[in-house]
This record gives sequence, structure tokens and C-alpha cells, in this order.
Amino acid sequence: MSRQEVVKSNSQMVQKEMITRNYDLITGGTAKVSSTFVPGNLNELLMCFDIANNLPEINAIQNAMRKKSGEMIAEAERSGHSEDVCTYVKADIGMMAKGNIAPNGKPFPDPDVLLLSYTGCFTFMKWFELLREQYKCPTVMLHVPYAADGHPTKNMRDYIVKQLKEDVIPVLEKVSGIKFDIDRLREYLRKSAIAENDLVWMLESSKHKPSPVDCYFGGVYYMGPIFTAFRGTDEAIEYYRLLRAEIEERIARGLCAQSPDGDIPEENYRLVVEGPPNWTSFRDFWRMFSEAGAVVVASSYTKVGGVYDYDGFRHDPDHPLETLADYCLGVYTNRNLPTRVDMLARNIVDYDADGLLINSIKSCNSFSAGQLVMMREIEKITGKPGAFIETDLVDPRYFSAANVKNRLESYFQMIDQKRRAGGSAAAAGA
Amino acid sequence: MSMRPVGEIVAACEAIFEDLSFAKAREWKAAVPGRKVIGYMPVYVPREIIHAAGMLPLGILGGGADMEVIHGDAYYQSYICRIPRSTIEMAINGKLDFVDGMMFPSICDVIRNLSGIWKLLFKDKYVRYFDAPQNFREEIGGVFYANEMRELRDGLAKLGGREVSDDDIRRSIAVYNENRRWVNRVYDFRADFPWKAPSAEVYLLMRAGMVLPPEEHTLLMGEYLAAAEAANRPMRDNCRVVLTGAFCEQPPLSLIKSLEMSGCYIVDDDLMLISRWLLTEVPTEGDPIENLSRAFLLHSAETAAKYEVDVAKKGSYLIDSVRKRKADGVIFAAPSFCDPALLDKPMIISRIEPLGIPYIHIQYAENSSQMQPIREQSGTFADTIKLWSAS
Repeated sequence: MSRQEVVKSNSQMVQKEMITRNYDLITGGTAKVSSTFVPGNLNELLMCFDIANNLPEINAIQNAMRKKSGEMIAEAERSGHSEDVCTYVKADIGMMAKGNIAPNGKPFPDPDVLLLSYTGCFTFMKWFELLREQYKCPTVMLHVPYAADGHPTKNMRDYIVKQLKEDVIPVLEKVSGIKFDIDRLREYLRKSAIAENDLVWMLESSKHKPSPVDCYFGGVYYMGPIFTAFRGTDEAIEYYRLLRAEIEERIARGLCAQSPDGDIPEENYRLVVEGPPNWTSFRDFWRMFSEAGAVVVASSYTKVGGVYDYDGFRHDPDHPLETLADYCLGVYTNRNLPTRVDMLARNIVDYDADGLLINSIKSCNSFSAGQLVMMREIEKITGKPGAFIETDLVDPRYFSAANVKNRLESYFQMIDQKRRAGGSAAAAGA
Repeated sequence: MSMRPVGEIVAACEAIFEDLSFAKAREWKAAVPGRKVIGYMPVYVPREIIHAAGMLPLGILGGGADMEVIHGDAYYQSYICRIPRSTIEMAINGKLDFVDGMMFPSICDVIRNLSGIWKLLFKDKYVRYFDAPQNFREEIGGVFYANEMRELRDGLAKLGGREVSDDDIRRSIAVYNENRRWVNRVYDFRADFPWKAPSAEVYLLMRAGMVLPPEEHTLLMGEYLAAAEAANRPMRDNCRVVLTGAFCEQPPLSLIKSLEMSGCYIVDDDLMLISRWLLTEVPTEGDPIENLSRAFLLHSAETAAKYEVDVAKKGSYLIDSVRKRKADGVIFAAPSFCDPALLDKPMIISRIEPLGIPYIHIQYAENSSQMQPIREQSGTFADTIKLWSAS
């Protein structure tokens, strides 16, 4: 098999079709379109108004995986944006300058509304202020306070609910011409919770040895439907059922996780990863792990659009607006550092991982600022070794394959050494 | 008492500025047993509440140009701005050991996450991330913000072991109203007579206000103004500029001096904006928390860290400043890796360009040492403005 051929599971193919369908809806010219963000994504609410959900981060990721983001970023820098700032923003601005073409080859329509769900990332605010300059469409801000003490407070929740009632919903009603129906929202939320149950089952399936899934590289595919435009739909329920069945079969057959080249023959290392992946060299990056038999059994990135496994959150149809508030408050990057440390340390223990790898992203201070302290704290708590690599989201200039590979190899050697010294049990099956 | 000459006042301010062990604040704390000091980072916290709790609000604005950062670099990647790493350095080196609590305002992800680092590393300290509303409707953002301030009040009351009454807060509001009046007088004086109040002096005077109790700082400003008015200083043929973007990590003092030396009088800026954040007097009658909340929502300064609801008003704070201070141009001065300032800049430029307001952009870190390129850039800017003005 050629190295360039990529093996995809059935669920990956279905996920791809779903994302494509959403792009067709966005570019089809019939639906009203909102732009909004993955963290704090209010998909169920948007569906109440028949508004399609376009996510600029996903567009930037798509462009990066198609090797187009570098030129888009250069375009944004030529127009006055600093080299220092978030490359998601610059990829988006550059995409607009280059004709705003969606991954399906059709031009994106100007959004009918910018829903600035300001959750877990300060740069979101600047990003949408910049988009507002371009699109001149209604913009509605949902300010989600930071859960700085590790838990949401009543004041935070009330504030979000009030904004939803008095700012967000009236704007969406006006844009769509559809009156808000809270029972419609409840029904979507009920469906969300069903899919979320299977999603958590999938996340926890990597406790098996060998893990049947990779919860970072594979995880980004599995997260696709629920983090984008499908949470609250029957399609998402079906997708996660299909995924669950697929994983159950893998467990029954004793298969290791998949890589772009097919099933990993042997699971040598079980890792927990903090931080987003690099998208410009995604498959090369993945292969650096899979070729060493390294499987990511848990990652924080698969919580960026919602945390469902840590404290059991599910969307609650009985408290529709409050549950949207809790969802927004609970996304990974809206949680304080001690909570993130606790979450990752628990993952290392619960998933019997060999250690923590941090992929620190130049563009993303929300993730990156404080990661070195987090690593030391997690090493202290778990006694497992940590390692640190640096890449970027969608700027190809900041992915140095040789450096990353060297560091990973050193890290795997460190784990081997620890095992020989009896500090860490060898992964089962290895 | 004879009046101190301006040089002596400025030297005293400079000594406070250079003293990274905060001797003045330590003295204040040691003077009365049980006193507490609460550090805060840029851009804005309601210092009135800290003051009302009988505590000293202490501005922590990084380690400055000369402090060697050794440990701090092990906490932050190279692509993160300098202020958190020098702040951590100070904490690890014991320079902040007398600080009983730290407040981290909602300004950016780096300062936000620094609050978490503080929680992890300094578990015995009071740590408060302070979220200000980005919704400015009184019945929505106002209610949230007032409740956040009540939580702050109660947290400080617990730390201090005494209740903080409404009257305490009203008295502190009056103290800070007076302080702001004098800050504004200094800024007005500098704009009217920039040769009499060089920006480096005004900067040091305002930095002293980050350390001294507000009552003392107010007196100091009065003393400085009287001395500066009396001083006979030559007027230079400088252009007048507004400096913007430096609201968090501070530029080195040498940068401020370099700008003026190269021919640019700074007639307004957004340095230490906390001193001028509230644009009107806060009423001292009625519910003091509600009054502080309304002042924030309806009458506060604009920075990149604050959402501008009305797109038409974007940049108006800077444009008003240019007009009010009769500035000839704008210098965008942003710290490296500062997402808010750097992402805001293109939007603000798009507002000032059509008005024909000239501008340049410089980037710095608090420990930038090479001033020659900046002097050349700002000198050329000043010359260009003067040439255009003459034509």
C-alpha cells in the first residue's frame, strides 16, 4: 500500500459525509447561516431557527489539511496582521481575501448573523470583531464567564441565561423570522444527551488494552459531528451508535487503534495528550506516533467542544437554557488550570497511561499559557513522565517534523527506561 | 513646608518604580499589624473595594526592563509575552511574599491562565480572577458585575476578618474620585504644556500610584503639578502624539523617553489605564456597588480587551482622544505576542486612516533594550508630520 493512501473506517467515512453535507447546506443558498465557534457552540439553539452552523475554526482546519492555510495566513499578514497572533484568525481573514471558498468548492455566503459565543478564548472576541468589519451583519455576543474557581456559580449561569433570553434569542428570531419554541429546543437537547452517552462510551473505550481507538488523532474525527453542526440531531445519534458498534467489534477482535495506514499492529505506548494537534502536517504527525505503536488514550482536545466525561455533564432538556449555560461554562478551555491538571492526571491514572505529552500551540494562548506548570504538576501527581513539543494549528512555518520526531523518540525512550526501572508498568499487549 | 523641586519628586517616584521588592508597600503593611496587601494586574479592577476592606491595592505591572528572568522562562514558552514570566519570577524570588492576595482581571488568556498558575503554586494566597462583563446592559451585565463585586467584597472581608460596609465603600469611592480628578489634571496639564510635564515624569508619577495608598498618591500629584507649573522648561518643536496599545505589559521607560527625545510629545496614552478607567465621578450616594457597576458599564475607557457592541463606535475612544488632546498622530505601541492589542490594531487603523490621522506601529517587550530603531522610526514620523503640517 502506498504511504499516501489513507485507510478510513466506516465511521470516518460517515463523518466526512456529514461534514460535507453541512458545507452543502451552508453554501446552498437556501438556509440562513450563522458563524459561531466550536467551544460554546449552541447548535441546538440555532436549529430552533433553521439557521445553518458555519464554524470558522473548522474551515481553517479544512484549509490546513488541504495545505492551503499557509498562503491564507501570508495574505492576512500582508494586509497588516502581526506574525505574532492567532493563525486561525489569519487563515480565516486570508480565506476571505482569497474568495471565501468552502471546502466543497463553492463560495461561502456572507453569514446572516455572527453568534459570538465568547467561551474559553479571548481571541474569539477580536476574531468576530474583525469578521463584523467584513460582513456588516448582525452580531450577537454571548459572554461566558471563566470558571476560575473550578466550578460555575449561580451568578455566572444566571448571566448567561439572561443573555440568551434577552439578547441572543431575540436576534436569532429577527434574523430567521422564526419564533423561538422552547419545546423544540428541549427535543434537540434530549437528542444531544443520547448521542453524548455514546460519545462518552467511546472516550472510555480506550481504557481497554489494547485501546481500540486513538483519542487524539482518531478522536478529532469522532468528535466531528458533536462538535460541529450535528449535536441535537438524529444523525448524530445514528453516527455515535455506528461508532460504538464499530468499536465494540474492534474490542471483540482485540484490535489496536487505527492509524492512517490501517490498524496499528502493536500498542507500545499509551499516552494522554494535552493541546490541539497540528493540522498542516496532520497525518505525518499521526504517523510519528502510530509507527512507534503509541496510542493516545485520552486527550484534552477532544473536550474542547464540550466536556462530557469528567463530571458527567449531559444536556438536560428539563432546563433548556440553563443547560446551554452549563455546557458553555464547562468546555475545556473555560476551566481553570487546577481543574485541567486534575482532569489530565485522572486520565493518566484511569486509562493506565505511560505519561503526558503536551503539544503546545504557538497560536493558542488559551491552551498554551501555563502548560509547563501543568506538566510539572501532573508529573508530581502521577509519577509518570511528561514531554513537551511545540507546533502550531494551521501555520506550516511552525511545524518542524525533525524536531518533533526527535523529541517524541526521546520521550518513548524515556518511557522504556522508566519501565525497565520498574517505574511504569508496560502497556498490556506490548 | 517648602515645595520640593520637580526633579526631587520625580526621583522619589523613580525610586518607587525601580524598587521591585515594593518597600513602600511593605512599610505600609508593617505599620499596622493585620494589614493586608492585594496585588492586581492590568487593566482594571475596582480598587475601591480593596481599599474599603482596609487593604492596599498594589499594581503588579511586570518586572520591567532590568530584572533578569531566570525561573520565569521555565514557565512560559518563547511565544508568550513577557509580563507573566517576569511576574512569576518576582513571585518565586520572594518579591511578592508580603502580598496576601492577587487579582487577575479578564484581559486575555495569558493573564487568565496566570490566575490558575497562582492557584497551583501559591495555595495559601487569596487568588481572584476578576471577570468584568462584556454585556453592558444594566439588567444583564450590570447584575452580573455587581454580584461579582459583592463576591469580591465578601472574599476580602473573610480574608481581612472584618465586614466591609456600604459606607466603607462609599468612603473609598470618594477617595478614588479625588485621585482620578488629580490624575486627569496631570493628564490635562501634560496635554496643554507637554514640555513642562515630560511623559517619562508623568509615567513615573502614575507608577507611584500603583504602589502608594491613593490618598498619598493624590497629594503627590498635587505637589508635582505645582512644581511642574513652576519649573521653567524650554518648549521643543515636537509633534503631539497619542500612544495606544500599551495597556498591559509596560514599555520600558527608555522607550517613553526615546519617543519624546525623537520629537514626539505624548499628549495621551493608555498606560496604567486603571487610573483613568472610569470616565466620570462615581456617585457617593446610594448603593455603592451599583454605582461602581454603572460607572463601568456606561462610563469607562475602551481597550482591546473590551467588546465594542456598536461597530460604529469602534475606535471612537482613540479618535476622541486625538481630537481632545489636539494630537497630530498616533503611535501604536503593542507588546510582542499581545493578541488583543495586535488584533485590534487593524480595526482601529481602518477608523483613523479615513480621517487622515497619521500613525506608526512599534512593537516592544518590557525588557526591550535597543531604542535606536524606535527613535529613528518615531523621529522620522515626527519629521513627516511637521513637514505635512507646514505644507
